[in-house]
Amino acid sequence: MTQAPAQKHSSTDSTMTSEPSTELKLKWLRDMQLIREFENRTAQAYQQAKIGGFCHVYTGQEACAVGTIGSINDDDPVVTAYRDHGHALARGMTPEACMAEMYGKITGCAKGKGGSMHMFDRPNWLFGGHGIVGAQTPLGAGLAFAAKYEHDVMKKRVDGSEAKKKVTLCYLGDGAIDQGAFHEALNYVSVHNIPVIYIIENNGYSMGTAINRHTANSGNLISRGESYGIDSLEIDGLDIVELYKGFKPYVESCRENSRPGFVDLKTYRYQGHSMSDPQKYRTKDEVDEYKAKDSIARLASQLMESGDLSEDDWKSMQKAIRDEVMSAMQAAEDAPTPELSELITDVYANPEKNLSPQTTYTHGARNPLL
Amino acid sequence: MTTLPDTMSMIESDIHPAVEGVEIPDFLSESDLPSREGDRIIQFREALREAMAEEMRRDERVFLLGEEVAQYNGAYKVSQGMLDEFGPERIIDTPISENGFAGMAIGAAMCGLRPIVEFMSWSFSLVAADPILNNAPKMLYMSGGQFGCPIVFRGNDGAGGQLGSTHSWCVEGLFSNVPGLKMAIPSNPYDAKGLLATAIRDPDPVFFLESERMLGDKAHVPEEHYFIPFGRARLAREGDAVTLVSFGRPVNFCLDAAEVLANDGIECDVLDMRTIRPLDIDSIVDSIKKTNKIVVVDQCWPFGSVASEVIAQICEHGFDWLDAPPVRVNTIDVPTPYAKDLEYAYLPNPERIATAVRELVGATV
Repeated sequence: MTQAPAQKHSSTDSTMTSEPSTELKLKWLRDMQLIREFENRTAQAYQQAKIGGFCHVYTGQEACAVGTIGSINDDDPVVTAYRDHGHALARGMTPEACMAEMYGKITGCAKGKGGSMHMFDRPNWLFGGHGIVGAQTPLGAGLAFAAKYEHDVMKKRVDGSEAKKKVTLCYLGDGAIDQGAFHEALNYVSVHNIPVIYIIENNGYSMGTAINRHTANSGNLISRGESYGIDSLEIDGLDIVELYKGFKPYVESCRENSRPGFVDLKTYRYQGHSMSDPQKYRTKDEVDEYKAKDSIARLASQLMESGDLSEDDWKSMQKAIRDEVMSAMQAAEDAPTPELSELITDVYANPEKNLSPQTTYTHGARNPLL
Repeated sequence: MTTLPDTMSMIESDIHPAVEGVEIPDFLSESDLPSREGDRIIQFREALREAMAEEMRRDERVFLLGEEVAQYNGAYKVSQGMLDEFGPERIIDTPISENGFAGMAIGAAMCGLRPIVEFMSWSFSLVAADPILNNAPKMLYMSGGQFGCPIVFRGNDGAGGQLGSTHSWCVEGLFSNVPGLKMAIPSNPYDAKGLLATAIRDPDPVFFLESERMLGDKAHVPEEHYFIPFGRARLAREGDAVTLVSFGRPVNFCLDAAEVLANDGIECDVLDMRTIRPLDIDSIVDSIKKTNKIVVVDQCWPFGSVASEVIAQICEHGFDWLDAPPVRVNTIDVPTPYAKDLEYAYLPNPERIATAVRELVGATV
């Protein structure tokens, strides 16, 4: 088996996509602000003990999910790790379904069985939310494999519809690049020409361990992808317009050539690793330095400078989003918790007799997203 | 108590809608299945191959991947000739990278394909523990019923013949602990074909445990395609003195022991469980109603083993029928030794089983 010819990429290539439309930029602004507002409310709800377990908010990284998901098709598969609320919202999950999941309610995207780290949205091609660091990286290879198999072998989708050339996006943090599963996935997809793009949301910390303390050659992450024969790309993840201009043609190249990708997407998270993180490993000055480069504020001011957004427009957009998120929280608050009978549903697709000494499994409520 | 919101409804179908295009076969009763007697004598490995090939001919969603399954024709020749018939896109050689390719196959199964993953040995599946235990069996639950995982993991389980400690794992005790998966473990070529066909059709993750030591076993296997349902034990030999319960390779040890015991006038029921999850506890209880004595034979270590589970269930469902405490014969509770005689002594061999039966019968006479 031979590999597709190498094709060099960098975010300054002349193959860059032209300036995105104002309409698109306004949509991104709205989508990013929705995530910002949603995560602020998530943190609040967590502190009020409305949300339990481990909870990792996305504040600061909004441009990553919105810009990359904004570069693919609606039916391209997406899979991510546990810091997943932003990807879920960017992919089109309703704030109600996302918030209700964290509240442990039956109306949540996983009927309250998954929680913050396990957001799934089948109609929007989101395959999780995965809690074990790096575990999603072989899964991402499999999603891309399946699309390629449908296109090349079956010549149709498993449901009989038309098979398309697809690209899968698989997100991971910089901490996950040290996991064996990720290296196995990179090796596999390169050998087998599988079109999945691994997006390292490089926020500089693996939980509390700075990148130079957890990974070798940390100043040149893309050498990791290149060492597997994967054309790799480094992008500033705080500037969504530049991100899109660099990433969009890269996606199309991976799609067209059926090749994997590796992107070092440089970003920053404003909050701790999880809600219980006292953040002793970094200074307030460092956080402030990044907040000064905030991706949302930057896009808003660009749109104002170009005369496409007025101060009033921006204020009313923020208010509308605030109302939307507050209403999602209210809906989550009001929704019922799962019936206790849901404890033993969704365990087996074909729940035969004698599968457990303790119980007879059944089917319960149909997932609210289906 | 809470109620379901108006916008939500209950699932009415027998098969969960998260897995689409499921074709559960019409299972026949044991007596209506094709005959086990005949002169179409083939090896266990060929029976496995026939089940896979037939399902692959029927359903393009099914594919096989694993180490050396394609160009090498299978490390143990189970997939011999399949590359020629199905091509490299459906018979896929993987790197030695179990964590990676098992996880990849699970992703493909989430999308509705039907992967068969061959582990050269289940011993090697331990480096893929995260995907096969943390992803495949939990996907349906964790996604709140959005994504299923119709996949078969299969390969050699148990002592292969002086392979030493790292290559001789019996994973059934470890892995059957996990809800969400099914586990089949055939003891003979006929069942291997019928159970593997069922495993491929089943919409849940199936762990299918073979044995290197049985791949060359020969028996009559019908040419036609047939399905053996999960959760239905087979009475492999009939007797009234003691019930012997086992699964996989040790069923054959039980049959050997029963033959020897019969010479002494001790006739045993030998139950071949065929699947561990589901476990046909009903057939076990039916048998002990007749024999009132039971020996469970298991090639796992004893602590927290399948035998422990079987005995717990016997105590829950058949305690009143027992004339003596249930007995288990497991492998000896040590890492698997290399030396031939030590390895033999370590296994639940026919001599150990016969001794256990004699002691049990003596104890209750």
